[in-house]
Amino acid sequence: MIYSLIAIGIGILMLIMAVIAILNDKLSVAVIAAGVVSLFASVLFLLMAAPDVAMTEAAIGSGLSTLIFFYVLNKIKRQNA
Amino acid sequence: MLRNFLIALVLASFGFIFLNLYNSYEPKTELTGIAAHYAENGASEVGAANLVTAVVVSYRSFDTLGEITILFLTAAIISFFLKLSNEDENKVIIHKGTSEILKTASQLLIPLIFLFGVYVFINGHLTPGGGFQGGAIIASGVVLAIMANPNMTINHTVIVWVESLSGVTVVIIGVLGIILGGGFLDSTLDGYGLGEFGTVFSAGTIPVIYSLVGLKVGAEISNILNKYQKSQKES
Repeated sequence: MIYSLIAIGIGILMLIMAVIAILNDKLSVAVIAAGVVSLFASVLFLLMAAPDVAMTEAAIGSGLSTLIFFYVLNKIKRQNA
Repeated sequence: MLRNFLIALVLASFGFIFLNLYNSYEPKTELTGIAAHYAENGASEVGAANLVTAVVVSYRSFDTLGEITILFLTAAIISFFLKLSNEDENKVIIHKGTSEILKTASQLLIPLIFLFGVYVFINGHLTPGGGFQGGAIIASGVVLAIMANPNMTINHTVIVWVESLSGVTVVIIGVLGIILGGGFLDSTLDGYGLGEFGTVFSAGTIPVIYSLVGLKVGAEISNILNKYQKSQKES
């Protein structure tokens, strides 16, 4: 019971973060919000007893891909300026 | 107006399709077919305590080989295009200094992160995780090192050799599986023995294959991140 309540709460937080990622005007905020979606997703995978997937999601989804987005953002900004 | 109407029409038809799917969905109460076979015989046939690893590295290891190839192709294509757009190689890039807290913390954390990554892929057949996860953890350690010291250069030759050698060795072990075991990439070679629960050197060739996969994934992702770092003009 308590687990399903936590899972529903995390799901709602993920939805809020995803909407922020879509609607926010600042790209850096959007990238961070997309990373937070991945972080909550990894917690959700852990609650659903899939630690393998949770490890991958936390390392790649919220860590490395967020960093690569920032690298690309920085490169694009420099070229436009 | 017409465009909005068409979009609404497409959305409504998608909703109709998914509603039908949802209505006809019945959750299965027990495993059927090949999944039941894996769940019942996985431990006795392969000897891996972690059933996910048994499926990924033994029953479906050909797919894992495909995944490694896809990652290799991605790394190759990224380095190809970033090389083209980065002409002034010899220009010295001046980075902003990183904070003292990040530098000090990275000295403490980087060895621990590397150690944890190696632990995850060596124990892939006993505990959750495996080659891909361990490789990603090692790559995040490399990220911390790059962020703490932006002028750091990663030895390109070492990365390329680690990556190629581990890829070739995985294929060689797979061919050995045809000769000694039951087929390509079969993990239970004759003379290598079936796995034993609770010991690291068990479960046939699974720890060897997973360690090689971990090294390969870690080297590839580190290579990609290093390319991105090098392609920044100034930061």
